[in-house]
Amino acid sequence: MTTTVGLDKDDLLTILAPDGTVDPELDPGLDGAQCLRMYEAMVQTRVMDERLMNLQRQGRIFFYLASTGQEACSIGPAAALTPDDWWVPGYRQPGAFVYREVPLKLLVAQCYGNAWDVTKGRQMPVHYAFREQNMVSISSPIGTQVIQAAGVAMAMKRRGHAKVAITYIGDGGTSSNDFHAGMNFAAVDKAPVIVICENNGWAISVPTPRQTASETFVQKAVAYGMTGVRVDGNDVFATYKAVRDARERAVRGEGPTFLEFVTYRLAGHSSSDDPKRYRPEAECEAWRAKDPIERLRLYLEARGLWDAAREEALLERCRKAINEAVNDNERVPRPELISMFEDVWAELPPDLAAALDEERQARGEGRFP
Amino acid sequence: MREVTYREAVREAMREAMRADERVLLLGEDVGRYGGAFGVSKGLLEEFGEERVRDTPLSESGFVGAGIGAALGGLRPIVEVMTVNFSLLALDQIVNTAALLRHMSGDQFGVPLVLRMTTGAGRQLAAQHSHSLEGWYAHVPGLRVLAPATIEDARGMLAPALADPDPVVLFEHAGLYNLKGPLPEAPAPVDIARAAVRRPGRDVTLVTYGGSLGKALEAAAALAELGVDAEVIDLRVLRPLDDATLLASVARTHRAVIVDEGWRTGSLAGEVAARLGEQAFYDLDAPIERVCSAEVPIPYARHLELAALPRVEGIVAAALRTLGR
Repeated sequence: MTTTVGLDKDDLLTILAPDGTVDPELDPGLDGAQCLRMYEAMVQTRVMDERLMNLQRQGRIFFYLASTGQEACSIGPAAALTPDDWWVPGYRQPGAFVYREVPLKLLVAQCYGNAWDVTKGRQMPVHYAFREQNMVSISSPIGTQVIQAAGVAMAMKRRGHAKVAITYIGDGGTSSNDFHAGMNFAAVDKAPVIVICENNGWAISVPTPRQTASETFVQKAVAYGMTGVRVDGNDVFATYKAVRDARERAVRGEGPTFLEFVTYRLAGHSSSDDPKRYRPEAECEAWRAKDPIERLRLYLEARGLWDAAREEALLERCRKAINEAVNDNERVPRPELISMFEDVWAELPPDLAAALDEERQARGEGRFP
Repeated sequence: MREVTYREAVREAMREAMRADERVLLLGEDVGRYGGAFGVSKGLLEEFGEERVRDTPLSESGFVGAGIGAALGGLRPIVEVMTVNFSLLALDQIVNTAALLRHMSGDQFGVPLVLRMTTGAGRQLAAQHSHSLEGWYAHVPGLRVLAPATIEDARGMLAPALADPDPVVLFEHAGLYNLKGPLPEAPAPVDIARAAVRRPGRDVTLVTYGGSLGKALEAAAALAELGVDAEVIDLRVLRPLDDATLLASVARTHRAVIVDEGWRTGSLAGEVAARLGEQAFYDLDAPIERVCSAEVPIPYARHLELAALPRVEGIVAAALRTLGR
């Protein structure tokens, strides 16, 4: 049995209103500590994004991609999943890495591509991969991760692990071949996967009406025979609850869920574009009033868990943490040049061994190994 | 010894792998109830069930991408793609993820995936089924590319391919499935790093792989009638190429003819020729010859198809040219 919420644009799962009030019928019942952990991760993510975008402007890192305004889209789900569920993410969920407590200095190192970078200076900034957290390398070609996540989920089911895979695409990504392939495969296979469309209104410069003639993205779930829910993506309780429910269905063997998170990208697509050139500023202003962090803060204050002094202390702590991570990384050397030849295959083939030898000999070092 | 077909040898290898390791499963189009478009997986569904022999929705990027995910998730999938032509629908998954992920992730994630696909012409299936694009795959770092040309290799290459922690692409030439020959009851494991000398000879080296091996051996027999002793090298491993075996052969024969069913321009034959030019220049007594498919889409009509492909007479003539005859 599949159900669909969000066949028309007025249909949206919202629990936490912009004024910080909660719908008592839908309240997921999170305790204070859980709410605070989500809030702190959201603030830390935004502070990190600001700092790293500045770093890009200063020429310290080559590229950056912020998630400003979309923090609830990754942090609600991260809180709803277990720590060993698999992530096959897109590029706008740094909050999930922060929530899963990947050390900030490793996130920063990845953007520098230095010797601390676990991807060893090989991947573009923000294309994080962390094996220990089951977070697979972010793919630049759009949509490819959806079908891969369905495969990961198929493996979890086959191996009898009560784990799910979660994957993200943007509104533009729903036009890709592999979105279709992945959605269809997942539904036919009843794979325990959660596919999230982070609909932020814009695929770089292309607005959603140029991506789809469907009134909502959730309508697509109907055709695949998949449960779909249209969720307020700036409401961390709604993103949490939608993913928690989807996870429960998945591990019960009821198959995948498609969630459309309606949100807005307050910044550019990446450090490479200026959104003022392609979209009206007024649109942005209207969405600032629905800020996901502000909303949760109002809620916490009303619940007596937060005040101005705590807010100031948290901001101070987050800024200090990211500044320390940046400063530490400024002193880290570049990866060894010869490391480039490693890991193409698990075993070094003869031609790469020869190339590596040549490089070593050019520097007066010995033969490999 | 018993007589088996190439098709049965591949099937037996899959059956053995699935019996030995619960993690192995087969994914693809029509691999289950139908037994595979070329009949390779017949009987496997009955033995291993739908969980392990999966008829997937008809999308190459879908079942290849799902195979990648399954490999990441700890399984050892074999993905069957009906033909190399259709694998182009999955090229992004193969090249941009499977081949790159270990390096891009800093050795955190590998993709132990085996892709089996049919290649080549000779069955009147026309341009969109019949091309030989092995050279494209051999271009890509991160893939191991194998071309079993014999029944022993069809039987023996799958196990080491599954044991490989990285993606392996196995090309089965469509014209080989009905090839029949002897196979030991317990076949020996096959080395997937080395080329093989299929016929020793002193006068000229015929370098080939896959579906052209039979033609090269026939040409060698014809050349023997003319008093020319040809050596036949089966590349077997298209990436990484086994230069040592090639160079040792050319050092003996001083002449080389490369037979490749792919198109000449930008081909694997071109790569082999370049390597011989770079590393065996002073061993060579004659220009390297290449016998490839005509640079046209492979046609349907039998006489046109045959005319487009490398032919035994063409190989013989090329070998004779290297000898000044």
